Amino acid sequence: MGVVKVKDKEIVIPGQLLAEGMDFVPTGDAYREDDKVYSKRLGLVEINKRVIKVIPLSGSYVPREGDTVVGVVSDILVSGWRVDLGGAYSAVLPIKDAVNEFIKRGEDLTKYFDIGDVLFAKISRVTSQMLIDLTLRDKGLTKLVGGRIIKFPPVKVPRIIGKNASMITMLKKATQCKIYVGKNGYIWIDGKPNQELLLTKVIKKIDEEAHTSGLTDRVKEFLEKETGQKLG
Amino acid sequence: MRGNDEAHHILRYFENNLRYDGRGLTDYRNIEYELNVVKTAEGSASVKFGGTHVIAGVKLSIDQPYPDTPNKGNLMVEVSLSPLASEEYMPGPPDIDAVEFSRVVDRGLREAPALDFEKLCIKEGEAVWNVSVDIVVINDDGNLIDVAGFAAMLALMNARFPKVVDDKVDYHELTDEKLPIKHIVLPTTVFKIDKYLFIDPIVEEFELAEARLTLTRRDDGKICAIQKGGDYPLKKEDIEKMLVLSKEKFEELLKIAKGVTQ
Amino acid sequence: MSFDKRVDGRGLLDLRPMEAKVGVIEKADGSAYFRMGDTVAYAAVYGPRELVPRFKQNPKKGVLRCNYNMLPFSGVGERIRPGGNRRSKEISMVTEKALLPVVLLDHFPNSVVDVFIELPQTDAGSRCAGITAAALALADAGIPMKDLVSAVAVGKVDDKLLVDLRYEEEAFEGEVSDIPFAFIHNTGEVSLLQMDGIIDDENLIKLVDLARDAALKVYEVQKQALLEKFKKVGDSNERK
Repeated sequence: MGVVKVKDKEIVIPGQLLAEGMDFVPTGDAYREDDKVYSKRLGLVEINKRVIKVIPLSGSYVPREGDTVVGVVSDILVSGWRVDLGGAYSAVLPIKDAVNEFIKRGEDLTKYFDIGDVLFAKISRVTSQMLIDLTLRDKGLTKLVGGRIIKFPPVKVPRIIGKNASMITMLKKATQCKIYVGKNGYIWIDGKPNQELLLTKVIKKIDEEAHTSGLTDRVKEFLEKETGQKLG
Repeated sequence: MRGNDEAHHILRYFENNLRYDGRGLTDYRNIEYELNVVKTAEGSASVKFGGTHVIAGVKLSIDQPYPDTPNKGNLMVEVSLSPLASEEYMPGPPDIDAVEFSRVVDRGLREAPALDFEKLCIKEGEAVWNVSVDIVVINDDGNLIDVAGFAAMLALMNARFPKVVDDKVDYHELTDEKLPIKHIVLPTTVFKIDKYLFIDPIVEEFELAEARLTLTRRDDGKICAIQKGGDYPLKKEDIEKMLVLSKEKFEELLKIAKGVTQ
Repeated sequence: MSFDKRVDGRGLLDLRPMEAKVGVIEKADGSAYFRMGDTVAYAAVYGPRELVPRFKQNPKKGVLRCNYNMLPFSGVGERIRPGGNRRSKEISMVTEKALLPVVLLDHFPNSVVDVFIELPQTDAGSRCAGITAAALALADAGIPMKDLVSAVAVGKVDDKLLVDLRYEEEAFEGEVSDIPFAFIHNTGEVSLLQMDGIIDDENLIKLVDLARDAALKVYEVQKQALLEKFKKVGDSNERK
């Protein structure tokens, strides 16, 4: 039987020894070397029987097929558009996955999307070389007009969405803002200035407290105080 | 990574005298400073306007004067955009923005003048004090000229002459003698987007600004350097309004700077 | 002239007081401030980000790029002309080599992680302070790392073995050696080792152990700085 060296939900640093023993299973950002399990990032350790998981608390976005992202068109290509997702890797939206109409060869693509346009898209493919393909052909995917983009740590995006979308639903209700959350850490918001200011304040709070529990309740309390609304 | 609707979006805030951080158009962010932060400098100041953080350091040396000013010391000012401060900055020679900021801050200090250059003379025609001010940007969240100028002035005001032993500078010991300050000099830059004037921009606002006017003033209110920047031109009415706003803001900063020297 | 005691009253094996903080540069992906006595280093990490020119991209692994620079007012004497020099180029390179063994490059292929180290004030041990700050900044940025790296300089001044030399000790007018080390924490492997001065083999071997012990103390400061980042909110809240 092995020995666990840390407590559940403890903050751990790269190289920190988490457990000793061959029967532990490292996942997330935990790794094994010989009979020891270590962390490879600054994060939160979760211990579930023999499974030792490290959830990172910072780090860049790792693109995955199926992720919905918010991106900015950065270039017009022959066969589509290059879209900036904010990380090390840019993505391409091919013509065939962008529009329903037939586009003639050599047509001016800026008619559809121009440099600076904001898109809420889905990653359809990620190659082993980290080349990313996007698509707009799915429910809810669209060009986003107006609004502004806020940068948020990609690893904490699940906290903005919340279990069963509980957090984001609450944010929308309390601030009456349109909110599109990209898994790449780009959050597009659009609302009245005062509402947006409240929203950015709450987003900052979620960022700072993402590693704690009871966050949804505290955010609810905070929003109810600020807006005077009751948020079921 | 900015969408092309952002310029339009920010105007909805400006219409309501609001900014992305909740301030009014003519409000400064929280201003913090700390003097004498660098022991290896003869004078120094670490200054923050909100998130923008710069460190200014003064170094003194003894040199021959320039032939056309045999009884005056010299001043050199350089603003460097450290790669620490932004994803846009790379190590290497100063880019054009760093050069512009350096020269604007330099002009104000030189013309006012901030220092009594004649009092920097040790022996006419032979030896004078050279004063170098280096302002390094540690975190760039906008308004660099004003923050750099403010930090440079504070560093000069708190700098002291090093000991001189046998005509050579002993950097290990500082005397109690401060530099001969003639004027307190501070730049205030006013920015314009659409019909709105604002000050102390965060970096997003700085990038969206259509024009800017830097007015560097000295303690008697007179202007000692001017620089217009940005791609768009200014109308005479704009300039008049900017003069008024810059004077008001200068008075605010001057109060802080005066409070620094006891 | 013989070396008797340390100017600041420290024991031969004592490190100078240290201070570390992460997240000090908000625009960077990760950052740190590290102070060892009067030597101060800022480190900022940007990345992983796109590596240009593209021909430098490696589809199997990312690139780590380090740049060390002393600020113009950071030297003990005259102003240092900005722009780097051969010394700073060499230090940039050995810094990269000191960190490379722990950074998991295969986690970010085709891209670059840039580490910038700038020192506003120095009193010897600057490359060590830089490496220590850089390791913190990398961890703060969430760059996948096997372990932390901790650096400290040791040396022999006259007949005494010292830990964490100051400028005055390096400048002693007799036989001196200034030996910067960096250690990978778990394994104790050495990722930085250089020397200025004169040393004999036997004392060098003794110094490896002294350096390792000193580096463990540096590590504790680094660890606290990383945990401190989460303390202000975390403690008062219940963990499920």
